[in-house]
Amino acid sequence: MKTWIRSVLFLGALAVCGSGAAQAKDVLRIGSEGAYPPFNMIDKDGNLQGFDIDIAKALCDEMKVECKFVTQDWDGIIPGLLAKKYDAIVASMSDTPERRKAVAFSNKYYSNMLRFAAPKGTALKPTAEGMKGKTIGAQRATIAAQYAKEKFKGSELKVYDTQENAWLDLGAGRTDAVLADMLVAYEWLNTPEGQNYAFLGDSFDIDDHIAIAVRKQDKDLVKKLNAAIDAIRANGTYAKINAKYFPFDIY
Amino acid sequence: MDDIIERLPEMLIGAVTTIELTLLALAFGICLAVPAALARTSRLWWVRAVPYAYIFVFRGSPLLVQMFLLYYGLSQFEWIRSSMLWPILREPYWCAVIAFALNTGAYTAEILRGGIQSIPKGEIEAAKACGMSPALMTRRIVLPRAFRIAWPAYGNEVIFMLKGSALASTITLLDITGMARSIIAENYLSLEFFGLAGVLYLLISWAFMRILKIVEIHLSAHLAPPPLASATPE
Amino acid sequence: MIDLHGFGSQLAMGAAMTVEIALGACALGLVLGLGTAAMRLSGIKPLVGVAKTYTTVIRGIPELLVVLLVYFGSARILTGIAESFGSDDYVELSPFVAGVIALGLTFGAYASEVFRGAFLAVPNGQLEAARALGMSQGHAFRRILLPQVWRIALPGLGNLFLVLLKDTSLVSVAGMEELMRKTSIAVSFTKEPFTFYAVATVMYLGMTVICTAALHIMERRANLGYRPLTTA
Repeated sequence: MKTWIRSVLFLGALAVCGSGAAQAKDVLRIGSEGAYPPFNMIDKDGNLQGFDIDIAKALCDEMKVECKFVTQDWDGIIPGLLAKKYDAIVASMSDTPERRKAVAFSNKYYSNMLRFAAPKGTALKPTAEGMKGKTIGAQRATIAAQYAKEKFKGSELKVYDTQENAWLDLGAGRTDAVLADMLVAYEWLNTPEGQNYAFLGDSFDIDDHIAIAVRKQDKDLVKKLNAAIDAIRANGTYAKINAKYFPFDIY
Repeated sequence: MDDIIERLPEMLIGAVTTIELTLLALAFGICLAVPAALARTSRLWWVRAVPYAYIFVFRGSPLLVQMFLLYYGLSQFEWIRSSMLWPILREPYWCAVIAFALNTGAYTAEILRGGIQSIPKGEIEAAKACGMSPALMTRRIVLPRAFRIAWPAYGNEVIFMLKGSALASTITLLDITGMARSIIAENYLSLEFFGLAGVLYLLISWAFMRILKIVEIHLSAHLAPPPLASATPE
Repeated sequence: MIDLHGFGSQLAMGAAMTVEIALGACALGLVLGLGTAAMRLSGIKPLVGVAKTYTTVIRGIPELLVVLLVYFGSARILTGIAESFGSDDYVELSPFVAGVIALGLTFGAYASEVFRGAFLAVPNGQLEAARALGMSQGHAFRRILLPQVWRIALPGLGNLFLVLLKDTSLVSVAGMEELMRKTSIAVSFTKEPFTFYAVATVMYLGMTVICTAALHIMERRANLGYRPLTTA
């Protein structure tokens, strides 16, 4: 009986310690998703990798702070920021008016367009008329899902927790096409799984700026981030990171 | 508050999906559970082994894993995607129903087995003495009695299934939880809409419990005096 | 042999985390369950009402929803409270703590029913006898009531623990890196969903078997001093 009580106390203490990790002042906690290659993904050792992560590290170096990464599922990523689980989101997030109601954004760190990916040689047309009655896959809570919902009203929209699951289902033939960020689709089409698939039609240029989200009250942080983005653009760090992932400039 | 009223119709559509999924899963689950429970009470070990393995696997692992295995897992194989089953397995709706049915079937089988084993021996002996064949006895005596005894426990399983159906939201279905998550993706009102979802689930489970109670009273009326056999020690 | 593409150690870490969450939630749930059962049995109307509401609500809404609510909702409430005290510090619930709270709340609601049944199952005469022997109320509770409640409640609590162990998979939705999430990460790398979800199933089954065996031993120990009156 006594050992039982002791182990309960021990576990209780364990749980409390887990929550009370102290934060030093010069740490910037960054939220990212980790399921969005090549921008952010988790490697075999459980660490975050990708374009977003490299950019975030470069920005932290520039701002002379220490980056601490927190992984968070996409549909909870803004609530997580508002709940102060982390101070900034570097996760390929589009700057949209809807999101601006909840958070503030830095200047862009790359630009994005939306584009369909579909089986090679499909007869589909990437128009509302051409996709009528077809099934479109997209990730939940993304600009792609929002765009598909508004512009392709005659199609069935399937939303996924992660972009990876949307690709799995396109590969399985459960959806006719996936609407996604062009660069993410580009990455997938270059994997072995994507070899029988191709871009469908042109990109939709929706004037989409990918930026870092912070809480509205953290105005200083926005200024610092903007200065740091300008600095890494100017000193060639950005170009180096860009070249690691894409053979063209994505700014 | 305006947000909630504006999005209420969508949430109610989600509620219909939740109820559909639950009822379909329960119906298929019973179809699986009855033969499994009967086989579990067999005297032959190799007849008992098959349902034992089925029940062990589906009760011993999480429903979420089972559903992902069925939905994402099976599509890994080309031969499944080109088989006759694919038109069903490609639909997330049917994948969810199948996964839920297999899961609730395993739990229901155990509940029914308990029911079958607590039927007083005398009743079985009486049936045999009347010259009933095993098939007739199973149909007329064993199963009806087992259902009556197991009914309260089965009622719990119904509520568990209703709650488990929330997992459908992870494979693109827009049930109550899925609808709430999609709406929150647009307006970030997480507390409000998860709260509303909770209220809807409470209302549905309350309605289910009422119906179960009415059926229980109905069942007892046809079997007077109410059986107390399972409660009294022999 | 199955090729795990080097994800074996990650899955093992995930399984360890699963066990930690389950034990943490179980500890919290036992405390909540005991407290709630005591409130139900206290006969004080407001307390009974609170306890009843808690068990009814938690048992009527999906575990997944409880996880989502605690994970997204609690931080907002906690931060709100901190702000109303003039602090602009954040109040952090780590995914681990959020997961433990969400699953502990669920476990507690069901456990309270098990405890209530167990308390009622101890004959009143025994407590009266203890009082007649001059035991204080606390003493009688500790020496007479609790050991018996433990014995009677153990099978029910064991079942709940097995349910809890499986429910830990839901915490993956909230970003906790337990077995289920580690599996999903492996799937997104290898594009082999069947292989990895099947491995995860086997790992959960293994944990279930181990826990069942452990519970069996605990039940035997709890029943050491007890021989049923009827010779069954």
